[in-house]
Amino acid sequence: MRVGIGLPTSTANATGDLIVEWARRAEQASFSSLGAVDRLAYPNLEPLTALAAAAAVTATIQLVTMVLIGPLRNATLLAKEAASVDVLSGGRLTLGLGVGARDEDYVVAELDPRRRGRRLSDQVTVLKDVWEAGRVGPRPQRPSGPRILLGGGSGEAFARMARHADGYAHGGGPPRAFAGAASKARAAWTDAGRPGTPALWGMAYFALGEGAAEPGAAYLRHYYAFTGPFAEKIAAANLTTPGAIVDFIRGYEDAGCDELILFPTVGALEQLDRLADVLKSR
Amino acid sequence: MRVGVVGGGPAGLYVALLIKKGDSGAEVRVVERNAPDATFGWGVVFSEETLGALRDADFESFTQIQEGFARWSAIDIHYAGETIRSRGHVFTGISRKVLLATLQGRCREVGVELQFNRELRDLSDFEDCDLIVGADGVNGFVRRLYPETFRPSLQLHETKYVWFGTDLALDAFTFIFRRNEHGLFQVHAYPFDAHTSTFIVECPEEVWRRAGLDQADEAASIAYCERLFGPELNGHRLLSNRSLWLSFATLRSQSWHHGNVVLLGDAAHTAHFSIGSGTKLAMEDAIALVEAIRRRGELAPALTDYELERQPVVERFQEAARESSTYFEHVARYDGFAPVQFAFNLLTRSRRITYVNLSVRDPALTRSVDAFFAGANGAASLRLVAPPPMFAPLAIGGTRLPNRAVYAMRPGEDAVDGMPGDGLIDRAAQAAASGAGLVVSEVVAVSSDGRIGAGTPGLYRPEHAAIWRRAIERIHDRGAAVALLLGHAGRRGATRPRAFGLDRPLRAGGWPLLAASAIPYTPRGPIPHQAEPADLARITAAFATAATLARVCDVDVLEIDAGLGYLLAGFLSPLTNQRTDAYGGSLENRMRLLLEVVDAVRGAWPAPRPLAVRLDAGDWAAGGVTLDDAVAIAAALRTHGCDLVHPVLGQTVPEARADYSRGFGVPAADRIRNEARLPVIASGNITTADEVNTIVAAGRADLCVLES
Repeated sequence: MRVGIGLPTSTANATGDLIVEWARRAEQASFSSLGAVDRLAYPNLEPLTALAAAAAVTATIQLVTMVLIGPLRNATLLAKEAASVDVLSGGRLTLGLGVGARDEDYVVAELDPRRRGRRLSDQVTVLKDVWEAGRVGPRPQRPSGPRILLGGGSGEAFARMARHADGYAHGGGPPRAFAGAASKARAAWTDAGRPGTPALWGMAYFALGEGAAEPGAAYLRHYYAFTGPFAEKIAAANLTTPGAIVDFIRGYEDAGCDELILFPTVGALEQLDRLADVLKSR
Repeated sequence: MRVGVVGGGPAGLYVALLIKKGDSGAEVRVVERNAPDATFGWGVVFSEETLGALRDADFESFTQIQEGFARWSAIDIHYAGETIRSRGHVFTGISRKVLLATLQGRCREVGVELQFNRELRDLSDFEDCDLIVGADGVNGFVRRLYPETFRPSLQLHETKYVWFGTDLALDAFTFIFRRNEHGLFQVHAYPFDAHTSTFIVECPEEVWRRAGLDQADEAASIAYCERLFGPELNGHRLLSNRSLWLSFATLRSQSWHHGNVVLLGDAAHTAHFSIGSGTKLAMEDAIALVEAIRRRGELAPALTDYELERQPVVERFQEAARESSTYFEHVARYDGFAPVQFAFNLLTRSRRITYVNLSVRDPALTRSVDAFFAGANGAASLRLVAPPPMFAPLAIGGTRLPNRAVYAMRPGEDAVDGMPGDGLIDRAAQAAASGAGLVVSEVVAVSSDGRIGAGTPGLYRPEHAAIWRRAIERIHDRGAAVALLLGHAGRRGATRPRAFGLDRPLRAGGWPLLAASAIPYTPRGPIPHQAEPADLARITAAFATAATLARVCDVDVLEIDAGLGYLLAGFLSPLTNQRTDAYGGSLENRMRLLLEVVDAVRGAWPAPRPLAVRLDAGDWAAGGVTLDDAVAIAAALRTHGCDLVHPVLGQTVPEARADYSRGFGVPAADRIRNEARLPVIASGNITTADEVNTIVAAGRADLCVLES
């Protein structure tokens, strides 16, 4: 299993300096990928923009949206943006897409959140058509365009993933929850008669070191406030010790995860260094 | 710490006891609306694991309750004039009355304040409390105070049940199934002390009405049930205790705490009585809550910890309870099974016990199941050595399958104008190496315009038959039989290879599509032509021609594809069939084309050659084919000479409320097999031999598609 790290695009002080230095160090520390989260009604950096900045200061590390809320964007424009990041990065972009969980993002975008699942399905069709046809450039590095992951926990979402995507982007949870989702993702893939197996991506949050647990939990409570009482549970699940991270990684590996991205809940460079140390000594 | 507890049942008393015991300075008050000695229901059941937890949490109460324990390790199943006894299931029954009296006593001992005969309507009594516990049961008021946080949902079950006691001391957990002129009744009974047992009677609502029990008072209900179960009661009486007929309600709550108010036990969640875990879950909740408070020292993180720990456990029990209650709601379907298979099906109903678990608990019973599948006579068999059910051969029509596992070949997509590519031979060799008794091909087109994509193999020209024959030989060499899946893509035709995604139209070289109605499969896909009568005649003839060619290829089983939204399935579903002629409208009309194709194929593929149908058993979409429809279609297929049905779900329309959980196709297979009465293949996320053994042994399916 490969392990990537999230860019601190949604924690406090997400400055340009922090993002590019974080990206450089992540590549030096041999993380396999840089992830970026997405939401609209929140002061985070837009994920494709942040990944483009990261692309400029790195050469090999993979770039992934985890996940980008597709239905908030015009499909053709998104195809062009993703193709642009793909070209800028030399083909390192993986486009993780989902419908998002917050109505508020749709409200500020002046979009109707109903039938957003269907809109996402249609959007993926358009993305692929645009990338393959070349009528709207640029041409992505791979002829069929960046790899696509789809997320979501409903049966409908698994079917959509198996129908259109290259893999599944899990939304977080203990290894047991990931194993359950992985089983459904594989079954949906088989049901669709797709060749091979779906790529299975997971994500989790961490905060390491003295005094990091509390601000980390506070960030998660704030970021997930829209989930109501569930925010407290997400905050409680934050990985705050090296032992917890090692156990978590082992659990995900056993559950068949191909790539796990660990997102910081405290936006400070020493968090990246601490995580790199944990992975080195693993 | 000040603690107020609403409700003096086992959960409320236990949490009060444990809090006070751990913190003698705490002020703990329990308010109960009933009198101390009023108790409803009879005995409760605990597993060994729960008893261990109770012993560790409060040894004194554990010791006191232990005096009156009834322990057993057997489950008796009274069915069809036989009693099957399964051993190795260790449980303990306890009188609810003794349990409550003990906990009340312990509470007083440690200094918990108990107030009885006092009904609260709000929490104003507990305004000064640091923690308020809602342990007031499924009908309690605490949960209703914060619906936005708790987000509760209640689901009412389909059967009626009544909770009696009896002075018959059973020595096993006992299920009784008894059919009379009104229908099938079942009893769930277990001992809870040396003299008394709980005796729950359950039946479907319509049976309950036919029996006049909806009009009966308590005495009349008792008289009816005593008469019905006279042989088992053997002169003993049924005892009442506010014994009313009820419908069980399953309660789920998304969250279990709001600020300093926390829900416990039945106030937060219920699980159908047929897995007997209500009190167990409630008392385990109490232990977990108190332990979280002790560990965290602060209330807010403790309440989150409590939920994080308990919710997954409760969800697992609720899932098992759902499976179990569904079984009992439809158990009449299995009336007619041989007793040993009936027993196995019952024991594995909740999926917590599988073939492997049961062979550890009760090797003798699984041996009888194996013997039953080897053709010996069930429980009385002397047969010591028999393969597990997955390895029992099966005759379908005139063909013998060496085992119950099915291998489904994945689409190869390397054919040219229907002529399979060389890859087919390799894939056939792979399929043969799987060890499955039956290999089912990918969809094989019966005509050029019936292909799914440019690379779909066909069987519509004699030269196609030659390469199929070579592929099938490969599979026969390894002892497996071959089913050829004949189909027509309908509106899902002319698509690109699946590596690019599903149902993406060919960019060049496509062909006109035919379908029941002129509705495109995807919003941007090509619009198919509505098939005219001449088209239908041509397609029916193409199926028959393919069947004739299949004889040349040495195919064992012919399977007609009427699933996944391809042409024939497209006629079955109202979502895709909007015709007004003899092929649209009523279910009878919608299945007309399928039956015509079956008849035509039967002409070219006469019995005893086995004929199967891959059948749409549900569209996962409102207004689509339902499982009820599929059962009716399967029954019609049986009368038209079909030997085997493979129910499949979804893909009729691209956006649907799919379900890919483990064994997702098994409920459809189960119903079709046991209501339409013909052999079935189950599929859908079945990945282990244990699942296959369990499904086949339980009689839910005859064959299983095993996925890697």
